[in-house]
Amino acid sequence: MSLKLGVPSKGRLMEKCFDWFAERGVSLKRTGAAREYAGAVDGVDDVELVLLSASEIPRELAAGRIHLGVTGSDLVHEQLADWQMQVVELAPMGFGHADLIIAVPKVWVDVETLDDLDAVASRFRAAHGFRLRIATKYHRLVREYLRAHGVADYQLVDSQGATEGTVKNLTAEAIADITSTGETLRANHLKILRDPPVHRSQATLFAARHANWAEAEQAMSDLVARLGLELPEGALP
Amino acid sequence: MTEAERLAAALLEQMQAAGAQPVAASILQPAETLLDLYGEDIRARAYVTHDPSQGEMMLRPDFTVPVVQAHMRIGAEPARYCYAGPVFRMQTRARAREYLQVGFELFARDDPARADAEVFALFTELLQEYDLRPVTGDIGILKAAVSGLETSPERKAALLRHIWRPRRFRALLERMGGHGPLAEARAELVQRLETSSAQAQIAEAGQMVGLRSAAEIAARVDLLRADAETPPIPQMQVAKLEEILALTCPATEALAQLRAQDWPALTPALDRLEARLEALAAAGIAPADLPFEASFGRTTMEYYDGFVFGFIAASADLPPVATGGRYDALTAVLGQGRAIPAVGGVIRPETLALLERKV
Repeated sequence: MSLKLGVPSKGRLMEKCFDWFAERGVSLKRTGAAREYAGAVDGVDDVELVLLSASEIPRELAAGRIHLGVTGSDLVHEQLADWQMQVVELAPMGFGHADLIIAVPKVWVDVETLDDLDAVASRFRAAHGFRLRIATKYHRLVREYLRAHGVADYQLVDSQGATEGTVKNLTAEAIADITSTGETLRANHLKILRDPPVHRSQATLFAARHANWAEAEQAMSDLVARLGLELPEGALP
Repeated sequence: MTEAERLAAALLEQMQAAGAQPVAASILQPAETLLDLYGEDIRARAYVTHDPSQGEMMLRPDFTVPVVQAHMRIGAEPARYCYAGPVFRMQTRARAREYLQVGFELFARDDPARADAEVFALFTELLQEYDLRPVTGDIGILKAAVSGLETSPERKAALLRHIWRPRRFRALLERMGGHGPLAEARAELVQRLETSSAQAQIAEAGQMVGLRSAAEIAARVDLLRADAETPPIPQMQVAKLEEILALTCPATEALAQLRAQDWPALTPALDRLEARLEALAAAGIAPADLPFEASFGRTTMEYYDGFVFGFIAASADLPPVATGGRYDALTAVLGQGRAIPAVGGVIRPETLALLERKV
């Protein structure tokens, strides 16, 4: 039996991921026709490449259908409740950096921190009769962050895309979204709060706690040695 | 019938014998009411589902809200209600997602001390066969202490809003005392805001976007400037407040220690505590042996604002067997102007079923 390694199936994330493994002597490549999602691994025996959408990798890891997976840490933390119980973080890979941040209109000259946002939320609710809306698709991460910091009187509204536009469109007062350069935020007249971001994301190699490791033991120890990784003590059964 | 269901039925019967009228509540509750009361945090703790015509619904996380609403619709006063049934709480770990609650609620305008004592004495009696540690507290004393600080009404309101969020409360208190990272950030902000008028800065910041108007922004700029002129809350008072928050001792002694603070703002709240202790004594509960923890009830979402209590199993890592308290403010919010002083509590029969009875 082989070890299943899930990697993003397209784009820069896939290319960077292939580079990362290549630098460590493991060659990953797509095979077959240009649009066929099939792949091969050279350099370690009994490792099977599974090409998946980056956003599906957390779910596949949690279900144990793949042993290892590469995806953004933001997706794992957002999609998996109690993620440490389901996956082990093996290696941050140093690319795909992006911060999950909270941004408010630039004209809010009175707001720089969460402390201000909380105070404004209270006044906003009193003035407008509803809780200040924060548009995001990262519901779990943002809610946990605001709860840990004791922010009240807000509500999360779902936004699956073009989140920066929600403030201008009057469907939200603030946003929480992933940004790498901040350019889209500036173009939409928003600014980032000064507090540390909700989450600093990067592409990360994860291992699934609930995968069948008995069948992949040899391949895993070969791969770990090749990649120069250290497995946390007792991390996998 | 499980042991827990049998216990629930027996408790309900005893509550009825104590004069309570049984009430039912729908399992599906409109999410909006609960979200407005408890905030977005409740989404992490309650199951939300969607109804095509009624919108977001929640599997009831407790009975308090529907029982208060039912009372507002139909109730004569004073009124005693009891109920039993499953509640649903989202969990990430291996804790129960669905469990039984048996509850008792008392709505009465007169003599709150006697109402508090009646509920606590009833729970003591219902649970007397088990080895439990009772604990009491009083959110009203914390509110009185905050209201008695020498500072602006805005600062007091900000602190009162966060009594149930200890971490933010502490950060605010530190800032208002003129210390810590929040105080520094605030000083920098105010310094920048001093350089020109609010209107000029808003115009300079670029395009106006969003619902929050320039007038609202300018109004808060004015508030920030005024707040910067407000002297820090005296260190002595912060220390006193911290001392009160940390108070843990038998109730009679707690009352004596709080009186010894010689803080006039506390007097009405302490008079209420004293009246409650007398009422408890009259109901057969000795206040000299009754544990009192001033911060008890601060981290639950239950919205209690006066007397609070719990019964905790001696063996660790079980949820409290029973919790309760006074929630006058919640009835005002739900009653949209109409309010009725209310006190009540719930018991978890599943937890009881895990405990051995005293012989």
